[in-house]
Amino acid sequence: MASLLFYILGFIMLTATLLCITRRNPVHAVIYLVVGFFALALMFYLLGAPLVAAWEVIVYAGAIMVLFLFIIMMLGLAPQELPEGPNWHRWGPLVLLSSSLMACTLLLIFQDPAATEIIGTYYLAPQELGEALFGRYALAVEVVSFQLLFASIGAYMLGRSLPKEDDES
Amino acid sequence: MNLWRDIKGTFQPFWITLGYLFKKPVTIQYPEEKRIPPPRYRARIVLTRDPDGNERCVACHLCSAACPVDCISMQAAEDEHGRRYAAWFRLNFSRCIFCGLCTEACPTMAIQTTPDYEICNRNILKLVHEKEDLLVDGCGKDETYNFYEHSGIGVVNERGGNEDEYGPVDPKSLMP
Amino acid sequence: MNDLLITLLLILVKLGLIFGVVLGMAAYLVLAERKILGRMQLRYGPNRVGPGGMIQPMCDVIKLITKEDFIPDRADKWVFLFAPGLTALTALLSFAVVPFAPPLHLFGREIPMVVCDLNVGVLYIFGLSSLAVYGVVLGGWASNSKYSLIGAVRSMAQLISYELALGLALVPVIMTAKSFSLTEIVMSQADWPNLLRHPLAFIIFMIAVAAESKRTPFDMPEAENEIVGGFHTEYSGMRFGLFFVGEYISLIVIGAMTTVFFLGGWHGPFLPPVVWFVMKVLFVAFLFIWARGSMPRPRYDQLMHFGWKVLLPLGLVNVVITGAVLVALNG
Repeated sequence: MASLLFYILGFIMLTATLLCITRRNPVHAVIYLVVGFFALALMFYLLGAPLVAAWEVIVYAGAIMVLFLFIIMMLGLAPQELPEGPNWHRWGPLVLLSSSLMACTLLLIFQDPAATEIIGTYYLAPQELGEALFGRYALAVEVVSFQLLFASIGAYMLGRSLPKEDDES
Repeated sequence: MNLWRDIKGTFQPFWITLGYLFKKPVTIQYPEEKRIPPPRYRARIVLTRDPDGNERCVACHLCSAACPVDCISMQAAEDEHGRRYAAWFRLNFSRCIFCGLCTEACPTMAIQTTPDYEICNRNILKLVHEKEDLLVDGCGKDETYNFYEHSGIGVVNERGGNEDEYGPVDPKSLMP
Repeated sequence: MNDLLITLLLILVKLGLIFGVVLGMAAYLVLAERKILGRMQLRYGPNRVGPGGMIQPMCDVIKLITKEDFIPDRADKWVFLFAPGLTALTALLSFAVVPFAPPLHLFGREIPMVVCDLNVGVLYIFGLSSLAVYGVVLGGWASNSKYSLIGAVRSMAQLISYELALGLALVPVIMTAKSFSLTEIVMSQADWPNLLRHPLAFIIFMIAVAAESKRTPFDMPEAENEIVGGFHTEYSGMRFGLFFVGEYISLIVIGAMTTVFFLGGWHGPFLPPVVWFVMKVLFVAFLFIWARGSMPRPRYDQLMHFGWKVLLPLGLVNVVITGAVLVALNG
């Protein structure tokens, strides 16, 4: 039952992602991406991490994709005005990166074809995650949060409207 | 303090609306309850009679001329004594805007507005009222007024014989 | 196998019950809102159809169904068609985790009075409420109308801003309950409701939740007198009806959430738990109707300033204070 659900969700996720990157209309792409995130969230739930599933929906589908939509609508991107396909200067590095990633994955699979090291089903309770985040990995979490703070202050500094020179005189 | 004013301003409307919730609504529920309009209300237009029971209208066309939407039309006629009357008188209520200008124009107080406001009809042609529909048996607002006791040809008194009237001017005389 | 079948059957029965009750309540909330608003404005509200206007919701539904389902020229057809359903669906789905009574003991079985007691119930409700924006936004965008687009953009900005305050208002509640499960949150309020424990969180929650549901003091996305109905300007017939029903279902969801998080859920003296629950939900719904009759709509920048500069810092301060007090109490 669970494995069947897993394959259905995986199919939905892959199809939605594929549709997402082939759509011309940015809003349609966002809708497919949200569907993909949904399938991903359900998959996390199946794998025993309900908290991660909830965050997937709240943060990715609920907040980040909404911000994407917000920008798309504010800019009023018309689907007709997309440029022609990128030339090899653009996609060359991408292909290099993704092919090296693919090679690493294949290497791992060939090293251990039977996948003997199965990650057992593990149920992650919210309390455990909280304790891990603010206990064992407290330093890392703090470092990341400080970096986010610096980034947001930097964004504010770059984006703020400077006082006009006329005001000083 | 400003913050105190804002907080007060946020909660005061709640108190007021809660008070209104328990007051009796001012709505008049129309088909069951009917408002009695004041006597000078401008609704259905009628043609009145003078105290003697004769038609007041002398078919002068002034109402028809005053009407801004041209909803009044009539045909003037004279009887054997020279008294004018309307052979037919037609008022289209589907055009009428109930402005009351016709009643102001009328010299004989024949055409008058009444407080009867329920004129609606599903058949629009039934809103075209003929003289028989418009003519009522009463005097309307001024019960004693009779045009021919003040002016006009000799219907009630001799010509020029009314109390507040001069005799006819002799056009051949040079005297004022 | 038999046991599983009975469990499945019970879930189906509960689903059907909730579906019927919620939809019926939503229909009659519309009537109640119209009548209460009418009385607040010294008029009667609908009272013609049936005794006291009690059949008015049915007539509204018949009217909406028989109206033409109009699709604007150059609208994005499929998105336009599914957006209203999304709004109603996300609102309805929230009810899956709301516990409306303590577990019932029948024939030696314990029947929990909740469709699905997720241990991340709070996050589930957050997720759904953040998805509810998609129906509005996509509907507004697909209509190919400027007013709809403005309404959609406004609702997006508003929902993102107030979701943070909403989440922060619930953190103290979760801290005292020590669980994300809604049933346990209700259990933790057996002695006294969270309203007395966290009054500041309650106020922040009520304001944020009103903004989330686009109820009147915060109804900029559909502001009738500036953007002609906002995201549902171009909708007609039953698709508009779905938006409308979604709004009232979400009003009931808000009532249920407020009841569960702050008013002590089903706990209450003398009366049976379900009655207490429904009474509390209706009371919260009345509060929102009351606010609609009393409050003017703020300007859009005022809304944003209030959300980010007042509500969010207040929520953070509240979390810090609650945490400090809890640590102090537990030694």
